[in-house]
Amino acid sequence: MAEAPVVELIDVQKWYGAFHVLKDLSLSVGKGEKVVVCGPSGSGKSTMIRCINRLEVHQAGRIVVGGVELGDDVKAIETIRKDVGMVFQSFNLFPHLTVLENLTLAPLWVKHVPKAEAEELAMHYLERVHIPEQANKYPGQLSGGQQQRVAIARSLCMKPSIMLFDEPTSALDPEMVKEVLDVMIGLAEDGMTMICVTHEMGFARAVADTMVFMDEGRIVETAPPTQFFADPRNERTRQFLGQIIGH
Amino acid sequence: MIDRQPHDHSATGVAAADVEEPSAVSLQPPGPPRLLGWARENLFGSVPNTVMTLLALALLWEVVPPFLSWALVHAQWGGDGAACRQAEGACWALVGERHRLMLFGVYPYDQHWRPLLATAILVTLLATSAVRAFWRPWLLWAWLAGFAVIALLMWGGVLGMPYVETDMWGGLPLTLALAVLGIALAFPLSIVLALGRRSELPVIRAFSVAYIELVRGIPLVSVLFMASVMFPLFLPEGVTIDKLLRALVGMVLFTAAYLAEAVRGGLQAVPRGQEEAADALGLSYWRKMRLIVLPQALRLVIPPIVNQFISCFKDTSLVTIVGLYDLLAATKAALADPEWRPFFVEGYVAAALVYWSFCFFMSRYSQWLEHQLATGQKR
Ligand SMILES: Nc1ncnc2c1ncn2[C@@H]1O[C@H](COP(=O)(O)OP(=O)(O)OP(=O)(O)O)[C@@H](O)[C@H]1O
Ligand SMILES: [Mg+2]
Repeated sequence: MAEAPVVELIDVQKWYGAFHVLKDLSLSVGKGEKVVVCGPSGSGKSTMIRCINRLEVHQAGRIVVGGVELGDDVKAIETIRKDVGMVFQSFNLFPHLTVLENLTLAPLWVKHVPKAEAEELAMHYLERVHIPEQANKYPGQLSGGQQQRVAIARSLCMKPSIMLFDEPTSALDPEMVKEVLDVMIGLAEDGMTMICVTHEMGFARAVADTMVFMDEGRIVETAPPTQFFADPRNERTRQFLGQIIGH
Repeated sequence: MIDRQPHDHSATGVAAADVEEPSAVSLQPPGPPRLLGWARENLFGSVPNTVMTLLALALLWEVVPPFLSWALVHAQWGGDGAACRQAEGACWALVGERHRLMLFGVYPYDQHWRPLLATAILVTLLATSAVRAFWRPWLLWAWLAGFAVIALLMWGGVLGMPYVETDMWGGLPLTLALAVLGIALAFPLSIVLALGRRSELPVIRAFSVAYIELVRGIPLVSVLFMASVMFPLFLPEGVTIDKLLRALVGMVLFTAAYLAEAVRGGLQAVPRGQEEAADALGLSYWRKMRLIVLPQALRLVIPPIVNQFISCFKDTSLVTIVGLYDLLAATKAALADPEWRPFFVEGYVAAALVYWSFCFFMSRYSQWLEHQLATGQKR
């Protein structure tokens, strides 16, 4: 990567009280790069990805997103959050708002886009995730897969240059996983920079430029997918892959 | 037909059963003795149940007929105190005779049309605000304009209306205005306090906790008394604050502390992920609260909030302690006349009815609102 990285973590450390969750994390993500993060439960994947838009605060090291360093500066945090979309495992749609209102909320109130324009944008992204007909329903009336696609569209409405996904399909019934992954693959093909925590190894193989394996708060292995799956260097990676691909 | 052969008999029996069974089945469920069936099931279902039912009936028999006889059958609906003393029942004539004093207190008698009009404006505004379609910015302006007109009417001093100072205000308009203003001002304050109590900034959190715990630990009477007596001591020499305003401040400070705890309950019930999603979208703290968290939190706690509103409405009767004549105090004053004094029960029953109708309306309205806001977003 010749260009400057759009997300850079340098020696990031984080503690929950006395518990050291993130240890010496360093990661560099270039423009348009797709990074898939995996690792056993409790290894700190969510914590790391949530540090990137400061839903969690790191205590040492540096996190630089789009050239802006994350710190206590509220303006810097707001700038970064406008540019970084996030999709959660549990969707977190706003249940008191319709799908359309969920989508237009941030453009209206954060970017001050005129209402008509925001709605047009919302319909555009709803079409991209294949559910324009659900625009006037409430989230509670949709299936899990539909809700997650709305959540993705909601993030896209802010036209982010980076998307973070934290296990977007693991709360879904198996038959709905594909519809969400298809949307994510489409995004990847359009050149979005993506950091994605997931155990969907088929998706990882198809999309990832870089695989990251985390264990006990450390990045244990970083490799291109071909090498990562065929010939993992680290013993823990090998065990882990054996477990999840084994069955 | 009488001596049939056994074979024949059984044959017709079977045939009859075949024909009748379907109609018997279809007749059973909507069967007529529904009320009886319900009573048997719910009132006399078991021995303890039957005992309770009989006891309740006996109690009702003891209470209801004498009450009806007092309140309706033998009641005196007109005439004067002497006529009432002759009658065996309630003296509703009192209400007809003294209702203006009960409703408007010591406000100058010939000017009663002013508080009457003020009350009408207030009730109209309340009724308008109850309609969801009217929840638009203009409603706020309507309230402000309404209160301006009400203040003008009550004070007077212009347009040929003699000036009436707040000490003379009283009765229903005072009760209503105190309750409406009290609730309208306490509610936003309570939201700020509830948010403060959950703030990440230690100073703000400590202040909110201290305030809420302090005020909740003091009876309203003391708060009113302090607002009325102590408050002026802190003011510079020569500055006086109106008695009514001091009582209002006391009510607001008191109600806000209780409301804040109800609101906090709602805030705690909103899942953490909602705030995170709002943060991730880049919403600022206040927008996040206003657009995402509070709308969800508040509709969860409509019942306790309305409970507090109802309390506040009834608590206005305590302002009498600082010398204001609310509805209850005005009623009491209206009963001071020796001619009517024996019939104080009727006076208080009438006042209670007024309180009750407003509170009952609030209660029903809150149920309706809860239902309205819940539609469409079951989870
Ligand atoms: N708020 C918190 N306070 C204390 N410990 C926490 C907190 N959040 C997470 N942890 C701990 O930090 C560790 C890392 O958590 P994290 O959620 O990042 O793991 P993860 O890799 O995403 O796991 P999973 O695959 O189960 O989602 C876990 O041991 C967890 O118990
Ligand atoms: Mg996780």
